[in-house]
Amino acid sequence: MSGTNRQIGIAPPAGPILTVSGRGLPLHGGDIDTDRIMPARFLRSVSFEGLERHLFEDDRIADGRHPFNDERYHGATILIVNTNFGCGSSREHAPQGLARSGIRAIVGESFSEIFQGNAAVLGIPCLAADHQWIDRLQTLVEQTPNVAIDVHVQSGIVTAGPLRFVAAIPPALRDAFVSGQWNPTAMLLDRFDEVRTVADRLPYLNQF
Amino acid sequence: MAETLFHKVWNRHAVRTLSSGQTQLFVGLHLVHEVTSPQAFDMLRQLGWRVAYPNRTFATVDHIVPTLARRRPFLDLMAEEMTTALERNCQEFGIQLWAPESREQGIVHIIGPELGLTQPGMTIACGDSHTSTHGAFGAIAFGIGTSQVRDVLASQCLALDPLKVRRIDVNGRLSEGVYAKDVILTIIRQLGVHGGVGYAYEYGGGAIDRMTVEERMTICNMSIEGGARAGYVNPDETTFAFLRGRPFAPSGESFERAVTWWRSMASDRNAPYDDRVAIDAGSIEPTVTWGINPGQSVGISERIPADGDEEALAFMGFAANAHVRGTRIDVAFIGSCTNGRLSDLEEAARVARGHHVAPHVKALVVPGSQGISRAAEARGLHQVFIDAGFEWRGAGCSMCLAMNTDRLEGREICASSSNRNFKGRQGSPTGRTLLMSPAMVAAAAIAGEVVDVRTMLEGVPA
Repeated sequence: MSGTNRQIGIAPPAGPILTVSGRGLPLHGGDIDTDRIMPARFLRSVSFEGLERHLFEDDRIADGRHPFNDERYHGATILIVNTNFGCGSSREHAPQGLARSGIRAIVGESFSEIFQGNAAVLGIPCLAADHQWIDRLQTLVEQTPNVAIDVHVQSGIVTAGPLRFVAAIPPALRDAFVSGQWNPTAMLLDRFDEVRTVADRLPYLNQF
Repeated sequence: MAETLFHKVWNRHAVRTLSSGQTQLFVGLHLVHEVTSPQAFDMLRQLGWRVAYPNRTFATVDHIVPTLARRRPFLDLMAEEMTTALERNCQEFGIQLWAPESREQGIVHIIGPELGLTQPGMTIACGDSHTSTHGAFGAIAFGIGTSQVRDVLASQCLALDPLKVRRIDVNGRLSEGVYAKDVILTIIRQLGVHGGVGYAYEYGGGAIDRMTVEERMTICNMSIEGGARAGYVNPDETTFAFLRGRPFAPSGESFERAVTWWRSMASDRNAPYDDRVAIDAGSIEPTVTWGINPGQSVGISERIPADGDEEALAFMGFAANAHVRGTRIDVAFIGSCTNGRLSDLEEAARVARGHHVAPHVKALVVPGSQGISRAAEARGLHQVFIDAGFEWRGAGCSMCLAMNTDRLEGREICASSSNRNFKGRQGSPTGRTLLMSPAMVAAAAIAGEVVDVRTMLEGVPA
């Protein structure tokens, strides 16, 4: 299977992520698991390179009209999904594939927590809104694939053509994007003496 | 103030509140395997970082490891490359590894408990969603992604938001032929595959109290299938007895001190919960899935719901209102971190003994670890399976996720003791999975179709 023709994205710059703007890609269905986003056979690699070619590979073969096959959505940066998106396996290969295909934000009805956390570390905010809004946004993008969507991370306001609604993101994740600390490694290493203090007090690390 | 185990463990491991508002949480035990770690080690190398607490990370190979032909180098070149990468990474960063040749190798969620690494009151992380398994000991255990594996390696910490706690009481007694697997499938069916988002599940009640630690692991393992990132059982005498004498468990006087601390970490009697649910164990039947997520299940005597999801029915080839019982199977798989432990093999062998796998069925038994393999062989269980026409394989994840050559072909239908019936999960994009207990899988293998294991257990000694 040759890959999609979707443009391979570059990693978002480190720093605050305040808004994500671009075209949308509507993907219908509840409980879309990470095995479907990235089938396990593509985890047979020691790197994440090239994963964008295998996004939804089995679904795309089974359904030629799958949105990730649809040229109208090429170059889209905002994925629009339904409930419990990204459930199942914790494989980061799923959001890595999405990030490498150019997805910069996901708006949906709800998300698996592990997926939402994995996406956040890659600089992809996942925002949740009621079914009626998601349904209208998916329909709008299907009718006018070029419609410009703006996702304002701090307020959660999503605008697209005539639509305007508020989507939610857990406050700490929101603040992480707004403050530019969505990749927490440096913060976790800062003030490492406090980490040692906690470790030194844990009975199981100190012969009880 | 009365507290849950979750809050006690969280507070003991909280380093500080980050400026983002998330909690910096110390990870007491980090487990690593070959599939979700190589990129994390590469990132460390690129950044020039060391592993902060190399003696708190342990590694093994499970996901891609072959279950046949295990001589090195593996015939599967990618399995060899990923295994070699882990060996190199562990050597470079000073991490203990149980390689394929070691006697301790096995599925990461099986060997952690087996070796006594997993203990009450710990925070545990691993780049695998079934890390929730370790909650069976009263630990708070999270599945994480590869960037977080990097974070834990570098800092022994994670940035997380606290979870709410839902207490799930399973009251009463399970009947013969009904297992922990049936309990957790029933819980997921009732609460939904995303009912647990935002929660840790605390399992309790008489049926859980009476369970062995192995059975509790099956329950906690599938918490993530219900959307709950973590699930746990409060530690009790059963837990302490399991841990005594294990290689990494405390010994002598420190074991007694440990028990005192472990006991203190259990939820207080009047701890507040964000939600409570009660389930009657006596009403649970042997349970099978009919759909493409683990919440789509029925009791073996029930029919598929009239309003069953159309996409799932079409994929599986089932009709609404039909029975799953009587469905002809092609493959039977006994194994996985959900049900690849010794007691699972014992129950399956109890069913298989003296019977033979149906001629059209390919049946595999894959022990969860080499330790389980040896224990089963010492009891002669391997011979029961071999005599009955099952293949007896080496330890690993195998056909649960089909990263090695153990996989379905085409539209094959598999009775499986694993944890996910997602489309394509067992290696064929059109392959179909029916989740059930190991005893039910053994029964299906012999009958050649899905049957009620209770009919095969009548008069069979325990």
